[in-house]
Amino acid sequence: MKIHEYQAKAILAKYDVPVPRGEVAFSVDEAEAAARRIGGSVVVKAQIHAGGRGKGGGVKVAKDANEAVEIAKKILGMKLVTHQTGPEGRIVQRLLIEETLPIERELYLGIVLDRAQGKPVFMASAAGGMEIEEVAAKSPELILREVLAPGYGLAAFQGRNLAFGMGVPAASVNAAVSAMTALATAYIACDASLAEINPFILTKDGKVYALDAKITLDDNALYRHKELLELRDLNEEDPLEVEASRFSLNYIKLDGNIACMVNGAGLAMATMDIVKYAGGSPANFLDVGGGANAEQIKNAFRILLSDPGVKAVLINIFGGILRCDVLATGVVNAARELNVKVPIVVRMEGTNVEKGQEILKSSGFNFTVADGMKDAAEKVVRAVGAGVAA
Amino acid sequence: MSILVDQNTRVIFQGFTGREASFHAQASIDYGTTVVGGVTPGKGGQTHLGLPVFNTVADAVKQTGANASVIFVPPPFAGDAIMEAAEAGIPLVVCITEGIPTTDMVRAAAYLQGRGTRLIGPNCPGIISPGKCKIGIMPAHIHKQGGVGVVSRSGTLTYEAVGQLSKLGIGQSTCIGIGGDPIIGTTFVDAMQLFNADADTRAIVMIGEIGGNAEETAAAYIQKHVKKPVIGFIAGQTAPPGRRMGHAGAIISGGAGKAEDKMKAMTAAGITVCASPAEIGERVKSRL
Repeated sequence: MKIHEYQAKAILAKYDVPVPRGEVAFSVDEAEAAARRIGGSVVVKAQIHAGGRGKGGGVKVAKDANEAVEIAKKILGMKLVTHQTGPEGRIVQRLLIEETLPIERELYLGIVLDRAQGKPVFMASAAGGMEIEEVAAKSPELILREVLAPGYGLAAFQGRNLAFGMGVPAASVNAAVSAMTALATAYIACDASLAEINPFILTKDGKVYALDAKITLDDNALYRHKELLELRDLNEEDPLEVEASRFSLNYIKLDGNIACMVNGAGLAMATMDIVKYAGGSPANFLDVGGGANAEQIKNAFRILLSDPGVKAVLINIFGGILRCDVLATGVVNAARELNVKVPIVVRMEGTNVEKGQEILKSSGFNFTVADGMKDAAEKVVRAVGAGVAA
Repeated sequence: MSILVDQNTRVIFQGFTGREASFHAQASIDYGTTVVGGVTPGKGGQTHLGLPVFNTVADAVKQTGANASVIFVPPPFAGDAIMEAAEAGIPLVVCITEGIPTTDMVRAAAYLQGRGTRLIGPNCPGIISPGKCKIGIMPAHIHKQGGVGVVSRSGTLTYEAVGQLSKLGIGQSTCIGIGGDPIIGTTFVDAMQLFNADADTRAIVMIGEIGGNAEETAAAYIQKHVKKPVIGFIAGQTAPPGRRMGHAGAIISGGAGKAEDKMKAMTAAGITVCASPAEIGERVKSRL
């Protein structure tokens, strides 16, 4: 689960990572009040779940509260487009108003899981303010790493290795090490899958601050962090994806016109691939899971069809735990209740496949039954009138 | 022959009396797997599916001589179940559970180091040596005994590949689902090593997906050490970057983990890479 910058900073502050004084604002009035409380020059930062906000015009410095009001008026409600939002952008609904600080140097700190080692790795770089992927590609030698041993977090000596390695002046090393160990503690304590401070700044008076912060939480661990669950901002998620998550369906909306309903994540990805291979374009990724029941199938169907771009549906089920007759019953019920108009191609294999096909055939609906994935993809592409010739 | 599991494998189920475990334990027994009992804390002394239930894995091992365990316990307790099985000295632990917090797996993986226990999964369909032993949730009837080893990060996509092989009359030595999570016990390289050493495995199918660089590492290993034909497929060629595609491990981040790069590395290593998931069976046939 992604959270906003101001939420990430609140978590970091709780674990004693120094952050600038700031307040979240949902309206221009709140922005003004915050700017007056903070006093002097402030930064107005759009809060959306995407990077590249500065370049997109979502981060501006105001010399005083009056100017902050003018900027807040422009940014609140604007459609912010960055390289991470896609061309449709995001509507800005929250602002972070923060004090400005005298920056001496910008560094990078981040923690991610190193899959090969099976442990979190702490990364630090003197090349702060740039995207770390860019640094990794252009000058990998600038990225320093320390592995977090399970149960130990970041040891102080590891913090010193990183701080001296980045060339932090001796007078600021202790402050930097404290902030780094606190970041590691926060990462572990809240079950994060990513924690990033970029830039991590040194000020002219030798202090350190997390000037920007990004934390992604491990969805699988949210059950033991009820307080973090409240940080979810549904405005930042696709409404259909939110709806799907209510039924434990794994749905991701895409740009194409062929809706896909599949069991299993790997087969769902492969189904998208073969649709594309056949010349079509998938409208979504949807994994109904291994143990879906007829009710879930119906809901999945409803969600698929509420995307107005959908011109045909491809159902690809390899029944192991999920039996084909259960699937077929769910599909037929859904088609009946939802008054489905678009063509539906069904490919079923596995447990109780004959029974499932019988249910589809006797339903009175015009399902197209396919034999294998290739046949299914070609039939559905033909149904939307694109791609390979018949 | 086959790898890791065969007629001599004696299996216990952790989380034995739960609904899923009961269903799959019965299916394994029906298939001919030697299931010797199970563990559900608090239900020790009872009988379930005609087999003894124990409170702890240590008890179960002592009483039944189990040499393999399969874990069906819910995500919050699964990391602990893995450690319990390892501490009891079980050499092969298969964890089916999906949705284990990464922090728990970091700890469990560290716990396993140096203990002589092999973990398969988590978040995997399990392992089957057709005709001999099935440990997991895969539909048994699609498999056929033979000489192709299958290793995959996915569940149903593995069934798809196996189904294609069996339809063409090509049997399998062993099929392993290594799991879709970022931290897993047995890797592609581990499986390759085992299949390469298995006299009866004549070709190997490797099914990967976007995220991480396990496929690239495996390709480098295959190029150096594996002389048997390897046929590969990568799921997620059309996945948008930055989104988690169902599996916790399936995410393209910062340009790494792309299907395109994996396919390139695999082709360069001499692996027959299938562009379409529908051609896995045919491509294997052409390399046998």
